Amino acid sequence: MTSEEKGVTSVAHAYSATVAAGTRRGFWAVLKDWLTTVDHKKIAILYLLGGTFFFAIGGIEALLIRYQLMFPEFDAIPAQLFNELITMHGTTMIFFVAMPLVFAFMNAVVPLQIGARDVAFPFVNALGFWLFFLGGLMLNLGWFFQTVPDAGWTAYVPLSGADYGSFGVNFYVMGLQISGLGTLIGAINFIVTIVNMRAPGMTFMRMPLFTWTSFITSVLILFAFPPLTVGLVLLMFDRLFGANFFDVTQGGNVVLWQHFFWIFGHPEVYILILPAFGIISEVVSTFSGKRLFGYSSMVFATVLIGFLGFMVWAHHMFTTGMGAVANALFSVATMLIAIPTGIKVFNWIFTLWGGKIRFTAANLFAVSFIPTFVMGGVTGVMLASAPANFQFHDTYFVVAHFHYVIVGGIVMALLAGCFYWWPKMFGRMLDERLGKWTFWTFYPGFHLTFFVQHFLGLMGMPRRVYTYLDGQGWNTMNLISSIGAFLMAIGVIIFLVNVFKTAAKPADAPSDPWDGRTLEWSLPTPVPEYNFRQLPLVRGLDAWWLEKREGRTHMTPAEPPGPIHMPSPSILPLWMSVGLFIAAIGFMYAKEPFSIGFIRFLFEHYVIAAGGLALFFVCMIIRSLKDDHGYHIHPEEAEGEAAHQ
Amino acid sequence: MKRWYKAGRTALILAAAAVLLAGCGGALDPRGDRAQDQYFLIMLSFGIMILVMLVVFTLFFTAIIRFRRRRGDTGDPKQVAGNHRLEIIWTVIPFTLILILASFTVVYAFKHDEVIAAEDAVNVQVVGHQFWWEFNYADYGIRTAQDLVLPANTWVNVELTSADVIHSFWIPQLTGKTDTNPGLTKTVAFKTGDPDVYLGKCAELCGEGHALMDFKVVVKNREEFEAWVAGMKEPAPAPATPAAAAGQEVFGNYCISCHAVESDKMSLGPNLKGFADRLTVGGFRENNDMWLREWIIDPQEVKPGATMPAFGDLLSEEELDNLIEYIRTLK
Repeated sequence: MTSEEKGVTSVAHAYSATVAAGTRRGFWAVLKDWLTTVDHKKIAILYLLGGTFFFAIGGIEALLIRYQLMFPEFDAIPAQLFNELITMHGTTMIFFVAMPLVFAFMNAVVPLQIGARDVAFPFVNALGFWLFFLGGLMLNLGWFFQTVPDAGWTAYVPLSGADYGSFGVNFYVMGLQISGLGTLIGAINFIVTIVNMRAPGMTFMRMPLFTWTSFITSVLILFAFPPLTVGLVLLMFDRLFGANFFDVTQGGNVVLWQHFFWIFGHPEVYILILPAFGIISEVVSTFSGKRLFGYSSMVFATVLIGFLGFMVWAHHMFTTGMGAVANALFSVATMLIAIPTGIKVFNWIFTLWGGKIRFTAANLFAVSFIPTFVMGGVTGVMLASAPANFQFHDTYFVVAHFHYVIVGGIVMALLAGCFYWWPKMFGRMLDERLGKWTFWTFYPGFHLTFFVQHFLGLMGMPRRVYTYLDGQGWNTMNLISSIGAFLMAIGVIIFLVNVFKTAAKPADAPSDPWDGRTLEWSLPTPVPEYNFRQLPLVRGLDAWWLEKREGRTHMTPAEPPGPIHMPSPSILPLWMSVGLFIAAIGFMYAKEPFSIGFIRFLFEHYVIAAGGLALFFVCMIIRSLKDDHGYHIHPEEAEGEAAHQ
Repeated sequence: MKRWYKAGRTALILAAAAVLLAGCGGALDPRGDRAQDQYFLIMLSFGIMILVMLVVFTLFFTAIIRFRRRRGDTGDPKQVAGNHRLEIIWTVIPFTLILILASFTVVYAFKHDEVIAAEDAVNVQVVGHQFWWEFNYADYGIRTAQDLVLPANTWVNVELTSADVIHSFWIPQLTGKTDTNPGLTKTVAFKTGDPDVYLGKCAELCGEGHALMDFKVVVKNREEFEAWVAGMKEPAPAPATPAAAAGQEVFGNYCISCHAVESDKMSLGPNLKGFADRLTVGGFRENNDMWLREWIIDPQEVKPGATMPAFGDLLSEEELDNLIEYIRTLK
């Protein structure tokens, strides 16, 4: 054995030791491992941790909002702080909770489901994560400097602009700019991975539905994030460099921002909900013991929803005064989306129909997703009717609607996904009993919180109000809503207890605990660093289930064992993200009159900003010029490891 | 257990709907032509959606109750790929329902975009400010604020714009909302109902005071409206009491630079001509001496974010009393 091979062996052993038996190495070695990892399975866990961290922040913000609205003219939270809370709650939950959690599952599952050894660009994958994470920190930095974004998560100009907005909106602009880059490159990575790296026999129409929805979501991101980036750049130029894109006194236009924002913002809804659809499809099918009903129409509906999702952005803007033609067209286009969505709902119901349904915690969440999502969907159709929307718009009816979609839809699906894939991701099964407790607190709590809000909206309660006057008939419903929110919080706490309890257990989960149907369940748990020792031969939809029912215990290999190429870990993604973070701070505070002359000089002359950008580009150059071919794990090594397990 | 929970929820929906139909206010108690159309569309779409939900929920609950795995049953269920007839059914039926809703939507979308050229129509320019409403009746040469006075059962064309950020003009019982965009104007029409006071609101987040940026729509019968117009055009009477006269002086020293007291004058803050007859202080508090006093002492305390400076430290108690007495003469 050459010395190089020995090195490889030790790396592989160290890896399996870490995953299998928890941390036996020193703290710094483990930290370094996580900061430099390019393994999609570890990046998935990083996304999960990051998303959960921000979820805690966004959740506390939500509770404070509901606390303030518990009683009429309650003065627990002042108006300004309230506006900051709603802004941060919305921005955090969409960009730094829902997005990373979706990416967590995409990373954890997609390569395994298509029979790939990693994503196409592992380095870019890590970069995507670090950009997201530092973007999220950037957004929340305002809390420490006591100037927090306060113009709503939609940041409509001119309220968010240079003249009327607070300094804090800069954190919003820069945070989203940085994390948006990460999301975009992440999506490109998944498109390339899914197109190029499917195992032999894994044709497009044999891909599991979660992979399909991840694919369409990635395509949507590719087209939807650039408009957001453009909008943010314009806003950034207005705010930091005195441009006039949105300044009406200088020929700017305030409605322009809304178009940019929603051309991104509406597809964003589908970016989040499509993977949720994918998770539901996997979980419902597995626990019914049936293949997905109407697989091809599910794929077709996914593509159609993705396509139509780009045609409807202006339905968020019916009240801006676009005129009858635009309002009518966008109304009808929006309503059309109900049809492919309806197809999906019926297909799920008929997947359950005739099945032998097991109500595990995962499936409880997945099954309950169906009626709640339908309720969110039908209010969406109601909102689509432009003249009626004049009454619904910016009221609690809208708040109820999108929380039914996002919490009742996406969060339920993410919880289902957690219980379903946890054993594959961590080698441990989450506690089923605690899981059901989470369900029976979170789910009723959710309906309690948001169901009454439909009626509050119809009765005239606008959204984004820090208080409301007594005597409008809103008091009881607001109180109910707040109580529901605290019930949801209890559900979340039980879930976290579950996670810690599970983490303390030995990692002894079986490799296929649910009688799974797709390729990830054919792999041993914990999944080896290289996923597949030999790429599997896929012979149909639900590839693993097919093999199992023919009495096989392994997938048929599609290649002889050979050396497996692995990418090297790298710290550069972290430093690149840090570089952009520093640059953003540099630009933001360029005009700040610091009392210490030297610091002021550094900012005023853009030294800090240039330094951050330099760090970013130097890392990029190192990455481009340094030849790093990764390393190989050899078949006998992989054999030995398999025997070892 | 789940079933009963859902059944309870359905009962709750129906109960809540019944209560609301009885009229709790807002969009569900429409009093003007536009709001009535919108109410019809809300109810139509609500009805269609209840129908859809009933069908879906029935199928759903039947499925999850009938097809639970029984204890000890280990075999695989039949693997079904799909069913073309079913798939066509659940494509065509929703399409038909959407078609119905879409047809009404398109018709009303065009109807509600029309400006009404009726002879007796009233034209008002509405300007949103942080955090108050300015109403200009160019046809009568009247500028006022906070109370939008209108004749009953009449078409009103409002030309909407903003002086600062985006607000949204909304009178739930008369018409849905339309944004007031700085730098742009948009004219929408609505019809007033019977004489009454209707609540108006800002519906677009516009800053700290957004939640309290209410206004009143005071609908009077024709004669009373004409009398109001005539009254607004008359110059304010000279203060009758020494206190009011002293108050006028205080007003001249501190207030006049932002608040005009003649209805034909431009004004940085709300025009105060006719303030004594207005329903509110700051758009949402009852117009009495207590709130007026609170307001002058510290507007931000009453309405966070209000742009008027606090005068509590500048005015003596006596000056405050006189000022209030003077303001009460602004009829």
